[in-house]
Amino acid sequence: MTLLTALIALGSLALIFGAVLGYAAIRFKVESDPLVEQIDDILPQTQCGQCGYPGCRPYAEAIANGDDINKCPPGGEATIRKLADLMGVDAKPLDAAQTEAVKRVAYIREDECIGCTKCIQACPVDAIVGASKLMHTVLVDECTGCDLCVEPCPVDCIDMVPLSATPERWKWDLTAIPVKVVE
Amino acid sequence: MPSLFQQIQAGVIWDFHGGVHPPPRKQQTSQKPVAVMPLPDRLYIPLRQHIGVAGQLLVKPGDQVLKGQPLTAADNSMAVPVHAPTSGIVRAIMPHTSPHPSALPELTLLLEPDGLEQWRPREPLNFATSDKMTLLNRIQDSGIAGMGGAGFPTHLKSGVTQPVDYLIINAVECEPYISADDLLMQEAATTIVKGIDILCRLLNPKAVLIGIEDDKPIAAAAMMAACNQRENYLVRTVPTKYPSGGEKQLIQLLTNKEVPNGRRPVDIGIVMQNVGTAFAIAQAVLDDQPLLSRIVTVAGDTLSQPQNVLALLGTPVSALLDFCGFQPESSQRVIMGGPMMGFALADLSVPVVKTTNCILAPSAQELPADTKEMPCIRCSSCADACPASLLPQQLLWYSKAKDTNKLAEYNLADCIECGACAYVCPSEIPLVQYYRVAKAEIREQQREALKAEQAKARFEARNARLEREKQQRAERNQQLAAARQQQQLASGASDAVADALARIKARQAQQTDGAAGPDKAVIQAEREQKKQQAREYQQQKAAANTEPAAQPASDADSKAAAVAAAVARAKAKKAADSVKTDDAISPATATDKPAADSSTTDPRQAAIAAAIARAKAKKAGATEVATSPAPEISTADTSTTDPRKAAVAAALARAKAKKAAGHATSPEPATDAAAAEQAIEDPRKAAIAAAIARAKAKKQADSENS
Amino acid sequence: MSFKIASSPHQRISRSTAQIMRIVTLACLPGIAVQAVLFGYGVLIQLLLAIVTAWLSEAAVLKLRGKAVLPSLKDNSALLTAVLLAISIPPYAPWWLVVIGTAFAIIIVKQLYGGLGNNLFNPAMAAYVLLLISFPLQMTQWLPPLSLQSVSLTPLDALCTVFSQYSCSGFSLSQLQSSIDGITMATPLDTLRTDLNRGLTLDESLQKPVFYGFAGAGWLWVNLAYLAGGLLLLQQKIISWRIPLAILSSLFVLSSIASLASSDTVAGPLFHLFSGGTMLAAFFIATDPVSASTTNKGRLLYGGLIGLLVFLIRNFGGYPDAYAFAVLLANMVVPLIDYYTRPRTYGHRPRSELK
Repeated sequence: MTLLTALIALGSLALIFGAVLGYAAIRFKVESDPLVEQIDDILPQTQCGQCGYPGCRPYAEAIANGDDINKCPPGGEATIRKLADLMGVDAKPLDAAQTEAVKRVAYIREDECIGCTKCIQACPVDAIVGASKLMHTVLVDECTGCDLCVEPCPVDCIDMVPLSATPERWKWDLTAIPVKVVE
Repeated sequence: MPSLFQQIQAGVIWDFHGGVHPPPRKQQTSQKPVAVMPLPDRLYIPLRQHIGVAGQLLVKPGDQVLKGQPLTAADNSMAVPVHAPTSGIVRAIMPHTSPHPSALPELTLLLEPDGLEQWRPREPLNFATSDKMTLLNRIQDSGIAGMGGAGFPTHLKSGVTQPVDYLIINAVECEPYISADDLLMQEAATTIVKGIDILCRLLNPKAVLIGIEDDKPIAAAAMMAACNQRENYLVRTVPTKYPSGGEKQLIQLLTNKEVPNGRRPVDIGIVMQNVGTAFAIAQAVLDDQPLLSRIVTVAGDTLSQPQNVLALLGTPVSALLDFCGFQPESSQRVIMGGPMMGFALADLSVPVVKTTNCILAPSAQELPADTKEMPCIRCSSCADACPASLLPQQLLWYSKAKDTNKLAEYNLADCIECGACAYVCPSEIPLVQYYRVAKAEIREQQREALKAEQAKARFEARNARLEREKQQRAERNQQLAAARQQQQLASGASDAVADALARIKARQAQQTDGAAGPDKAVIQAEREQKKQQAREYQQQKAAANTEPAAQPASDADSKAAAVAAAVARAKAKKAADSVKTDDAISPATATDKPAADSSTTDPRQAAIAAAIARAKAKKAGATEVATSPAPEISTADTSTTDPRKAAVAAALARAKAKKAAGHATSPEPATDAAAAEQAIEDPRKAAIAAAIARAKAKKQADSENS
Repeated sequence: MSFKIASSPHQRISRSTAQIMRIVTLACLPGIAVQAVLFGYGVLIQLLLAIVTAWLSEAAVLKLRGKAVLPSLKDNSALLTAVLLAISIPPYAPWWLVVIGTAFAIIIVKQLYGGLGNNLFNPAMAAYVLLLISFPLQMTQWLPPLSLQSVSLTPLDALCTVFSQYSCSGFSLSQLQSSIDGITMATPLDTLRTDLNRGLTLDESLQKPVFYGFAGAGWLWVNLAYLAGGLLLLQQKIISWRIPLAILSSLFVLSSIASLASSDTVAGPLFHLFSGGTMLAAFFIATDPVSASTTNKGRLLYGGLIGLLVFLIRNFGGYPDAYAFAVLLANMVVPLIDYYTRPRTYGHRPRSELK
């Protein structure tokens, strides 16, 4: 008899709490971006494919489905940290095979360009302008440094050049200043 | 309760939080008159000396310029021109170490003075009768930017449209050592007041507040005497405390108002100008003398004559120091700016610019170099000293942890980098340096986030466009197909050519299928190979470039050399690639041989031909690599290193292909002949025929190989 | 010549962390002197033991952590911790007590949390609490002041007592603790607590010779000496006035109210201010910058909280004096206090308006 009472009491308690929780879940539902959107917002959008996925959004989807968060070299450490925060997992170092590179942009050696438009087709962000049989050039401000145009170029006239430092972008690295020694 | 204006008129001075009292050390320079420096041998004039963008260059090396002649032209509101400080010859326009903490090179004009001091024609203005636009244009064209240190374009600050209650003239000069503004006021108070008159005409303020620190009694008296005819010009002495010369701090001292975060002083009806700027405005408007020189305090114990110097903009720091009797120590620091906010110079050829108020060459006893950084003991002396009421010890913690969210929460952006916190820190932590690094990092992250957003938008727009184009193409193809079908139905005849086309298409599809899913490792290997080729090509190019230099008689024309190089490149590449090409590709190599040969006739054609050749070879390589296992790649790699071997291999490959082709032709000589016949009639058809032949050859070769 | 690149500011105030620690230690001297004179030379031996232990354990841990030893020893922070602990424990406590305490303070409380600047708790007080809980008997054996001691101890006696618990002439510590008439003496706060528990009224208890007017005999002078040292620190701007003032005023106000409400059981404010470790704690212990609050408002709260806890524990808790517990408990809430008492940044609206 006591056993039955206990069972009934606990069971009804469980039901009541279940109902309250269920109601709360509906009533206080938080409208938020779907996870994929949030991840996509964190990724650097270079669309470089270095993660092994064809673009940032596919990688975002992969992360949402449980892939590692440390496959994005352009984003580097900062991106991994943000992703770790969002996903509630530990931040890992960048995948061993991939190293965080200095920021680079594509540069077309214009005297060698034959105007084949292959790089234009490869560029994921339309940062190369030019027309068939005419010289092409890169919009430096729009280039994400994804490397994707280097491969298709039939005459190997595209180089990835590191972005030159400017006083505005300088990061106060005092030790890197070359000091002139005067005898 | 008296109104704010009444309080200000009654002479009330408020206070700001924090602040420090470093020893002022101004006596060594403030008691002497301003010295005028002789013309230096060279003037280095950076094209950008303010916050904003450089103007458009107006001169070129070799040009003779007159004193006051603009060297750049302001083509937008954020640009401020620079002028020739004296007459002379433009020697060069080159990157030169900038007067910036980073010491990164910036575009600088090198002027060699001719010693004649010839002026360009001048047109002084009567400011009472000129309209505001004329005055503002004159200010911009005279190259005036804030001379207190920030270098904000003055015409923007003076041309605000909001109503202005108070114009504050900043003559506080709170940094130790510096007495440039002090001397300017002592010697040119009346001109400064004329400059203030012009600013008043532009801004129409209720009152002008001139803030002077109480350790400059002579300057304050001079200003008071010069202002005595103008009743709404109020000279206010403020207690000596660093950083009372900070814009926000001085506003709080004189008006008890705070600039809301993220806003500008003009939003609360206040405009602040440096006293040196007022002087420059008077000179520009009344004498048509653009900003060519400024007073610079040259101080420090390693100088035998520390003093204020009237230096032309562009004067190298070394010249200035030598003029003052510089005897450097072994590990000398030379600081541009004051000891609290100035930066150490890496190179003494850095010039004096519009914002340079002080050059400091201290001895090691005077300003000891910092010793080892100790751990923070959270004594919060820094928080007590912070004029912005921040919590520097927390900011330090989060800066080290790179926690940008927390840094934002603790308002790192409100840090004015005055250095008061690091000044009082008993553990000698370079707090400001940590904040600067963190700020730069945050700025970079913001820039990157913005860029990512743009990239995403562009990527999506591109995808949408591609999708649209694909659809359009599909629609058009459908229409065309329908039309053709109708035509065919009408004619009732089947076409052998269409058949062949279909077959080619199928084959191409096969090929692309093979290349579509290449292994990552294979791609990387290929990239590696390509890099190798690129290196080789670079070497060849270099060789081609040196050749004409060595034999000018035979190869005088560099264009011819380039053509030769292109041919050589194409051949080398072909040789290298053909090793790994399979039999099927040999027709391609065969065809580009004549192309390469013919290239000698026309350089442009040659380049195109070479490119085509390379492209073909590459495609061949790609298909080959995509299908073959790794060992072959390695052989290909080794073969590239030895051109002789490669050539032999290529020859072998070609022979094989020929044999295969021979086999291919024997079973069906009739169709081939027909195709050849057709070829004569129509080049297009000929191409198709060739393709068919090739496809057959390949099939044959495949069956043979297997 | 070469040029040296350094970041601004290029000028610094010349007072270093090591100097601050040294001045605080020096400011303890008047109090130590009074303690030595009134309660015997034992305190000097304890100081010596504590300082040597502190240096040795700091050096050992730094070595293990692979850090430079000398710069850290030179910052005088270990010295200060040792001094504060040594003057807090009974002067004739056995030698191993102070050694264990100091080693615990330096190794566990300070270095294991990351060294100087990273410890959450005040090392000296954490060690004091450890000792008080682990060795309650040894930690409460305070001798009566010199004027009431039955046997006067020479410096040599002091040495013997610390190392063997017997003086050279063979008196045991409990014998030494007895007054001339043979009654075992305790500290004034302890006596008062025992008496009140036994049902005596405050006035009856205060008649005992261990009390001296409104405060405990000897303790009044010790407290006055630490007050003087504290005022020196204030004058030197080494400590902020907020923490001591908040502690003393909250203790004063609370004990005033309580003694007015129940004059038979609660001692008056002056007794509280000049008994036990009040001044030492208010000026030297609670002001330890590392573990105290860092905002101005926070310091007032922090001090007020310590005063409240001291009042509560002294009058209603299980221990006669309460600074160590009060300081440790307040240390725990420091991060919270600091977070909610951030000053309003220039140009920002007060936090209350943001909500």
